[in-house]
Parts: sequence; C-alpha cells; structure tokens
Amino acid sequence: MTTPLELRDVTKVYGSGDTAVTALAHATLSVAAEEMVALVGPSGSGKTTLLSIAGGLLHATSGEVRVGGRDISAATPRQLTDLRRDTVGFVFQAVNLVPFLTARENLLLVDELRGRRSKASRQRADQLLGELGLAYRTGNLPGQLSGGERQRVAIARALMNEPRLVLFDEPTSALDTQLGEQVMELIKAEVKGRGIAAVIITHDERMTHYADRTVHIVDGVLNAT
Amino acid sequence: MRMALRELRRRPGRFTMATLTLAVLASLLLFLAGLLDGLYLGSTGAIRAQQADVFVYGDTSRDSFLRSRIEPHTREVVRQVAGVTAVGGLGLALVGAAVPGSDDLADAAVIGYELPPRGVPEPPAPGQAWADDRLRAEGVSVGDVLQLGTARIPVEVIGFVDDTNYLLQGALWVEPGTWRAVQNANRPDARVADDIVQVLIVRGDGTASDEELAARIDAATASLGTGSGATSSLTKAEAELSLPGTREQNATFNQILGVTFAVVVLIVALYFALLTLERVPLYGMLKAVGASTRQLFAGVMVQAIVVATAAFAMGAVVVAVGAATAPAELPLAVEQGRVVSTYVVLVLCAVLGSLASLRRVVRIDPAQAIGGGS
Repeated sequence: MTTPLELRDVTKVYGSGDTAVTALAHATLSVAAEEMVALVGPSGSGKTTLLSIAGGLLHATSGEVRVGGRDISAATPRQLTDLRRDTVGFVFQAVNLVPFLTARENLLLVDELRGRRSKASRQRADQLLGELGLAYRTGNLPGQLSGGERQRVAIARALMNEPRLVLFDEPTSALDTQLGEQVMELIKAEVKGRGIAAVIITHDERMTHYADRTVHIVDGVLNAT
Repeated sequence: MRMALRELRRRPGRFTMATLTLAVLASLLLFLAGLLDGLYLGSTGAIRAQQADVFVYGDTSRDSFLRSRIEPHTREVVRQVAGVTAVGGLGLALVGAAVPGSDDLADAAVIGYELPPRGVPEPPAPGQAWADDRLRAEGVSVGDVLQLGTARIPVEVIGFVDDTNYLLQGALWVEPGTWRAVQNANRPDARVADDIVQVLIVRGDGTASDEELAARIDAATASLGTGSGATSSLTKAEAELSLPGTREQNATFNQILGVTFAVVVLIVALYFALLTLERVPLYGMLKAVGASTRQLFAGVMVQAIVVATAAFAMGAVVVAVGAATAPAELPLAVEQGRVVSTYVVLVLCAVLGSLASLRRVVRIDPAQAIGGGS
C-alpha cells in the first residue's frame, strides 16, 4: 500500500538573490495511513509552507513530494487542482465554509466541483454529518452553527471526497479547551476509522498528545520527537 | 454555478443595488429604443407601406420628395428597363388641415398615389381620402370634410388606414389629381403639371437585386441629361433613410444607446470587481479544495447574467407601464424585436463587464486559504 504523504529533502525558498528566504530546508517527512502527525512550531517557522506543499497548494523549490504515491513536484496547476479535489482534504483555520450554503450543501459542494451530484452524494453528506453528531444541523447555514459545529462541518467536508490525506490548519485555535479536545478526539477517530493520514498544525501543545507523533519545526528545519 | 445561484437566492440584498441601477439603465435603454423606433416608424410609414422595390427621384432633387419631379418621358424610359414590372407615381404635399369642430390645424401629408400601398385601398374618387389612424387623435372621423392648406381645398375622409405617416404627419391618401389640386393651390411657387409626379415607385420581377435594378434605371435615364430626366434611384431602405432628419435621428439615438450600454458594462465591471475583491478569502478556500478558476468565474458570469435579466425585466415593466400611459403625441413604439435585441445586448454587456473580474479570480492563490499565499 502506498504511503499517503512523503516529503523527501524538500526545500522552499521565497524570493531570490539577496532577498531569498528559506522557509523550508531539506524537510523529509512520511505520514502513513491511519497516522496522525502534529506539526508544532513558532510563527514563521515554516509550518504553513510545509502544509501548503503537502497539499499541492505550493510548489517546492527542490525535493520530491509524493501524495498517495504520486509525485507532484512538477505537477501543473490544473493537475494540482485535480489532486486537491480528489485526493486531499483540508480543514482551515479561518474561512472554512461557504456562508450562504447549508451544512449539507457545503459537503455537496465537494462533489459538485468534481462534476458529480447524485442521491448517493446527498446520502454520504448526511451520513458524514450524522457521524459527526450534526444530523439535526444539515439544513442550517454556518452562521446558525456554533464554532464547534462549524469545525465539525469542516471536518465532514474534508472527508467528503474520501481523501488519502487530510491537512488541518490549527483546527482548534478558535475553540475553548473542552471543545478543542472534543474536536481532536473526533479527528483522531476519523483518521483511525477511515485509514487516512493526517497532518495537524497546532500551536497548542495540549493537543499534541492526540497525535501519533509530533514533529517540531524551527526556521524551516524539521525535528521529529 | 449552483453555488452562485444559491447566493443570489439567499443573499438577494447583496445584489439589490446593482440590480436597481441596471434596471434604471434598462428602462432608459428601452425608452430610448422605443422613442427611436417610434420616431422612425412614425416618419417612414408612407415609404414602408409602399409595395415597391425601388424609388426613383429626379437626379437634382437630392432624394427629396418635395424637390423631385418626374416627367412622362422619364417614366416611359423607366417602364422599359429590363426587370421592371410596374411603375406608379407618388406626389406629396405637407399642409395644415382644418378639422371640423376643432380650432387647431392638424398636420397632414397629402399623398397622391397610383399603386396602392400595403393596407391602403385603390385610389379613391377625386376629393376623397383615406386617412391615417394618427389623424383620429386630431379629431378626424369618417365623413369629415377637411379643409387643406391656406387655400382650404376640401377633401372628404372615407376611411382609415394604419401606419402610413410621413415625418410624423398624418397621411391623407388621395388620387393624383387631388394631390395636384392641393399642391398647386397651396404652393403656387411649386406647381406641378397634370402628367408630372414627384417620385416613381418601381416593382421588379425579382431577377435582379433592388440595388441592381436601381442602377439599371439610373443608367437608362442618364442619357436624358442632368435635370432633364436623369434619375437617382434608391432601394426602399435607402428611401426611408433619405427622409429629412431620419439618418441623423437614428445616428443620434444609436450613439446615446451605445453610451448607455457602455455604462452598463462599466457598472457590472465595477460591481463584480468589488464583489470579487470581497470574496478573495472565500475563493482562496474554494480553490484550495479543488475549485477551478473556470468554475469560479462561471459563477460570477452567471450572477451577472441573472442580475442583468432581473434588471431588464424590471425595466421592461416600467417602460410597458409608461408606454400604456404615455400621451398619444409621444412617438413611443415598443417593438418586440427591439426588446429582444436590447435584452441580448444587455446580457452581453453584463458578460463583458463580468470579464473584468476574471483577472482577479485567476490571480487568487489557493495557498492563501491557509495563510501561505506567495
């Protein structure tokens, strides 16, 4: 079985010449199925850059990036769009849901972007929302949901395309400790239950114990613990 | 695309201002177009009604009915041109008509004819006329005897016809002798002899185009000499535009319409550019989860089309109500073809305006969804 995420000697440099800034330096990381990796580091350490490269949002300057066994180092923007749509799930920190779509429609959007819209899509969306305890919220707009419910909808949306890899950008930063722990429990259950790989950026050391392992990053350099 | 439509349905307030602004412009466009058509149709009815392919003027008349004279020998040459099947004379006199029971004079175009135009019966007896419907608004009824011009030549109205006016003046269709009597009594400086008409209308056998037939006629009469029988022949469309002021009127209105359409493009461009700017974080997130630029821009375009369509519907209702309540003297004609073409151009302008957002949508970096935009 292929490894969902493999980074080999990946470097990302912004700018060039005297203004060049190395955001990620020779990073090597492998995340297996059912594995949950917490990526911890101070602001500006390169966490976001690493996550962006892993999710096909950014190209690495050098090194090899494989998602689901496929080398995306030289993929075209269109191929990366297809990869994100079909293989990767994202949960973002800030803008996560479309504000004028209901919880169910936010999930169905994933299939609509793939040109699919069927009864099966709707059933899957309802099933995911039900599994995440939101069966009674399917017809609500994001503005009618609490912070925790919104984050759960975002997690459900990230799982909608049955991804090999899900990337979380500080999924608990807007939640209180209790809610944050609930969300992390939920993420862990989904990762293990569905056999997917997950990378979670977090500032909150209290959340790292949910991960199988924690990777620290400082000045673009990874240090596994 | 489905998402764009849902946004329109669930957040109509966001599009209200743009829709209302475009509705004002749509009603202005339809009103201007209605005036243009009303003026054009009201001016050219007498020409459009003619069942003719070519109109023949004297070559020194500068294609004016009033200046043109066609003598019998010219008419005979025209009649013998290959492809000509029928030739008829027309004469025109513009006069004030005293209407029984009214203190005001009605503007009238007295037209003498030989070949009946569409919707007009055979020429009536001397001293009688078929009146255009427009004269009803001036108080004219069947059986009225109108006094024409300062010479007060009497003409009895025996019936009404529709859409046959000349330069917005109500037409009175008479046999050529009656026209000559009116012309000679009221314009002694421009008398016409019994066998002279102002313009010939010519029907062809269809073997040549109207332009070719006109050229043949002018070539055949050239030998008669300038001012002595040579002719200037026009197709029907050219004859309509040769009426005084018609071409200038069309050009003026079309320029105003063009500028108004340009304003539509500008408004749609500005509005959707602002909307796109506001949506950058949302579009960034959508691109990150796999939306293509094409999908996002299609949504913008669909919204622009729906907004333009709603605005057009509102504008059309306003103009329809306006047309129904407008005074009769306002030359407003809401033509179905014009309404459709205005809608099509409005939608094209909306699409064009929405293109201004394309560059911005293309440039949105999906990496900014997680704060990593380069």
